[in-house]
Amino acid sequence: MKITYDWLKDHLKVSAKEDKLLEKLTDIGLEVESIENLSEGLDLFKIAKIIKTEKHPNADRLKVCDVDVGNKEIKKVVCGAANARKGLLTVYAPPGAIIPKNKTKLVVAKIRDVTSYGMLCSESELNLSDESDGITELLSSKYAKNIGKSYFSKPSFNLIDLSITPNRPDCLGVRGIARDLSAAGFGNLKPEKNKKIKSNKKQTLKVKITKEKNQGCLSFGSCLITNVKNTESPQWLKDKLISIGQKPISAIVDITNYVMIDINRPLHAYDANKIDKGIIVRNSKSGEEFTALDNKNYKLDDGMCVISDNKGVLGLGGIIGGIRSGTELGTKNVLLESAYFDPRSIRKTAKKLNIDTDAKFRFERGIDQLSIEDGLNKAAFLIKEICGGEISKIDIQKIKSYKNKIIKFEPKTFEKITGFKISTKEMIIILEKLGFKLKKENKFFKLSVPSWRPDIVQEIDIVEELVRISGYEKIKIENPIKERSKNTLNPTQKLFHFLQRAVASKGYLEAITWSFTDSKYNDYFKEASKEIKIVNPISSELGVLRNSIYSNLVMYMSKNLDRGIKDLSIFEIGPIFYGSQPGEQNTVVCGLSAGKKSRLSWIEKERNIDVFDIKRDVIQTLVEAGYDIEKFYIDDESPNYYHPGKSGRIFLNKGKDKVAAYFGEIHPNIIKTLDIKTESLVGFEIFMDNLKLPKKPLKDQKTTYSVSDFQKSERDFAFIVDKKISVQDIVSVISNINKNLISNIKVFDVYEGDNIPENQKSVAISVTIQSLEKTLTDNDLEKTNNLIIETVENKTGAKIRS
Amino acid sequence: MSEIKNIRDQFIPKLKNDLSIDQINEIKTELFGKNGLISSKFKIIGSIPETDRKKFASDLNQIKDELQNLITSKISEIEGKKINERLEKEKVDITLPERPFVRGKVHPVSQTIDEISSIFSEIGFSVEEGPDVENEYNNFTALNTPDNHPARDMHDTFYLDENKEVLLRTHTSPVQIRTMLKDKPPFKIIAPGRTYRSDSDQTHAPMFHQVEGLHIDSNINMGHLKGCLNYFIKEFFEVEKIKMRFRPSHFPFTEPSAEVDIGYEIKDGKIIIGEGDKWLEILGCGMVHPNVLRNVKVDPSKYQGYAFGIGIDRLAMLKYGINDLRAFFDCDYRWLNHFGFDPLDVPSNYRGLSR
Repeated sequence: MKITYDWLKDHLKVSAKEDKLLEKLTDIGLEVESIENLSEGLDLFKIAKIIKTEKHPNADRLKVCDVDVGNKEIKKVVCGAANARKGLLTVYAPPGAIIPKNKTKLVVAKIRDVTSYGMLCSESELNLSDESDGITELLSSKYAKNIGKSYFSKPSFNLIDLSITPNRPDCLGVRGIARDLSAAGFGNLKPEKNKKIKSNKKQTLKVKITKEKNQGCLSFGSCLITNVKNTESPQWLKDKLISIGQKPISAIVDITNYVMIDINRPLHAYDANKIDKGIIVRNSKSGEEFTALDNKNYKLDDGMCVISDNKGVLGLGGIIGGIRSGTELGTKNVLLESAYFDPRSIRKTAKKLNIDTDAKFRFERGIDQLSIEDGLNKAAFLIKEICGGEISKIDIQKIKSYKNKIIKFEPKTFEKITGFKISTKEMIIILEKLGFKLKKENKFFKLSVPSWRPDIVQEIDIVEELVRISGYEKIKIENPIKERSKNTLNPTQKLFHFLQRAVASKGYLEAITWSFTDSKYNDYFKEASKEIKIVNPISSELGVLRNSIYSNLVMYMSKNLDRGIKDLSIFEIGPIFYGSQPGEQNTVVCGLSAGKKSRLSWIEKERNIDVFDIKRDVIQTLVEAGYDIEKFYIDDESPNYYHPGKSGRIFLNKGKDKVAAYFGEIHPNIIKTLDIKTESLVGFEIFMDNLKLPKKPLKDQKTTYSVSDFQKSERDFAFIVDKKISVQDIVSVISNINKNLISNIKVFDVYEGDNIPENQKSVAISVTIQSLEKTLTDNDLEKTNNLIIETVENKTGAKIRS
Repeated sequence: MSEIKNIRDQFIPKLKNDLSIDQINEIKTELFGKNGLISSKFKIIGSIPETDRKKFASDLNQIKDELQNLITSKISEIEGKKINERLEKEKVDITLPERPFVRGKVHPVSQTIDEISSIFSEIGFSVEEGPDVENEYNNFTALNTPDNHPARDMHDTFYLDENKEVLLRTHTSPVQIRTMLKDKPPFKIIAPGRTYRSDSDQTHAPMFHQVEGLHIDSNINMGHLKGCLNYFIKEFFEVEKIKMRFRPSHFPFTEPSAEVDIGYEIKDGKIIIGEGDKWLEILGCGMVHPNVLRNVKVDPSKYQGYAFGIGIDRLAMLKYGINDLRAFFDCDYRWLNHFGFDPLDVPSNYRGLSR
């Protein structure tokens, strides 16, 4: 909402400076968004006279004009306007001036080799009208004596742009703002001086609101003004509209705009001669069409509130009028409409047709239902004053009468909510100034809510009014008490934080990427998941919810590699989605590592990062998160986006839970198709929701502590075994023989090739044998030794290498 | 006696010569070997007359100790020398680079969430979460923003179905609804998380982070709201003094509502929080609207309290001098490296929020 202090003073008796006003506006919830000085630099625009024109030597359509800019100065200006001619009085802008319309700053410029000192301006360029055809023509009788003087006479006030919250339609009118200010003690609201129409003439155009379900128009006031002469608005009206950045059009349109801004009362003016017999306000029928004032043709659905005549739709009530019945300069008879439309109906229609107008904006927030007559009175008198003509009686049709809402308010509620006190007397003053009518009943006030405040419906709304106007600075700070009755984080949240920092501590940079992604990338990683489309994505590259974090992470990894880094690890912890219903999401930690280990190192051998690097990261993370590595189970089943031979999955507890993690090399086809420039790309995904939380808290896990100080013995074994038997199986067989004796099982060599039969491999394993109870004798050791060999051979088909 | 003394006099100067380990070992054998000079003397102790035996044995032992000690120290002297020679040869250029290491970092938004959680933890808030995909009811209707309410225009919403029933949450406020439906009052929670709105430019990203706060009890008023936020902002920006301004505003789910500005100034191109006469809007808050409480079956005549919503990314930008919101989600390793935090920098009450 744009206003000026000057306009406010039409309604407010006040003497404070403007900066005080700005402060007060913000203090009462009418936030000042910006202040603009529209008149700045406007004094540079001079009244000038063309004294000679010549054809431009290098351009047929341009003229070179000698312009008298006053003080006996003649400037050469190149001008393309057809109406530029000798003797014309017009508006001259010197170099340095800023053209109001497009905000460009003029400079001395060569136009086709002729230097032009400034510019002659059209009305459109000066924001005076839409007239862009030719330069401004000033009446010689009025301006001839003023050559060299500023064209814009009086300096206008700052343009104050307020951000009005959607609950305050009343402040979409200057008077509403003035009322709020006066309630807050900033000036006094001037009484309204509305003249009432006293006419014997009947409004002859019959208006009918049909009674039907969901009728969007509850009341329709009108007034016919005959024999008018629509004209240009008088200067005061033009100045008023220009001062808030609006363009004057014609008197009738300007007057309806003026009334709308002044008291937030939208009006519509019809050319009465173009209406066929009378007005019918009704619901539209599907397929009806009309051309609106924005020159667009709209096709309507069922049930939109239209203003129509016998021939069809004239306009959409409260949203936009139609071309067919619009006023023009030649309009003789004007029908003024001042109606009330239901906000929901307005909003539904405007959304469906995607129309946004000033009227719509106001009606959907709720217009004062009792302002119908005021609006007609105010506008009709102005039209008569400016355009002449005769005013008819006001005609009001309605299907529902308005009654002021009544609210019970208990003064002590104020302190209960705000924590501070104001006196009942103070409350009464504020509420009355805001337009409430009060009646005291025992402990309560019975409040009648002013018709311009559709937002106020219950007691809390009254508290808000009182605290807003008395000032939020009066709220006392109650310092918080430092005590905690509940854990800040639950175990799942703790796990989240732990995993996040555990992965980061392994050299991964944490990324946060969109929850949505490009379906092209997502397709590589979604496997059997359902694609979840966003109906209105910001762009097609962000069109689906991610089924996997990889889709984003792989893309950003690739971008980073293109930036020139060669070795990089990144990760993200966040949601992936498997359905479009709330809760159909999982939290995943996804890490991605590219390039080499120890590139260009003087000390370490260079090698590609590999699947066992990533396996270490994921296993270590899980172990650090509190899971028992002894119970982990790994197999080689993994999604298709991994290298089929170099990837696997991890279970925390074999056969007892869901997949805890996948890890492996990213499938070479994906690396190739997406053109990811790296020697190696490996990654992991930990599915947080599949990690069962440890049953015992750490403090209880710590309590069992047993170690052995008896002598331990290390034994090495080499088995020849079928290639298909996993090392994990051999290790697990050994570890299950006797957990009290055998520990620290280490695989120190795996070998295939010479001396080993085909499809077999040699696995060398070292184990520690130690008892918790005694020192083992040679005999004991030998027994265990043999048991190991025997069991491995029996269970895996392996043979001990001799 | 003189015989053993002779041995001593003979060998001590010998041992003082420059000897190799082998030579010393030879001497050692000569003295203490099976038939060594000293060893053989021990064998004859028995044959010494009773009267002299004690003295002889004592002298012999004394000389034995003396020679042995001399030999031991001589050996260790030589060995020490040898080791020193070897170590001298083993000397490396210690200025050569160490074995390579990589440093991981935690994203500034994650760090900021942990900082926020740490601050609110101290005054008794616990953390709640909710899903990113929400239904229309939790995101709008239950929050007193019915369909066809202009306030819905303030949120450009991503929808997942044509009927606009499922959407990406536009704020973290639906967590309020879920929490209050699930439990019984009092409530004292914060809910950080991802939020989504379909606009995108320099200062808006289609995804960003918010933290919701909710405190409902029998007597929580606007003074508590002011106190809580005043405490939070001071702690978060780690400054002694903070200039804070509550401004009336409007949100459908709170009434009365406020926007909160903090004072700042720009010094040498940097924003200094808490000083100066400029105002910066950082959050929205208010008393939870009775309609919202009714929607979640909490009796507004018995319970009341406040809620607030803060943009986490914006807080991080202000605290850590980050200019561009879009960069948060661009995943540029240089940016992540520069603005990220060491994983060991866990914000905590006793160690402080940041180093």
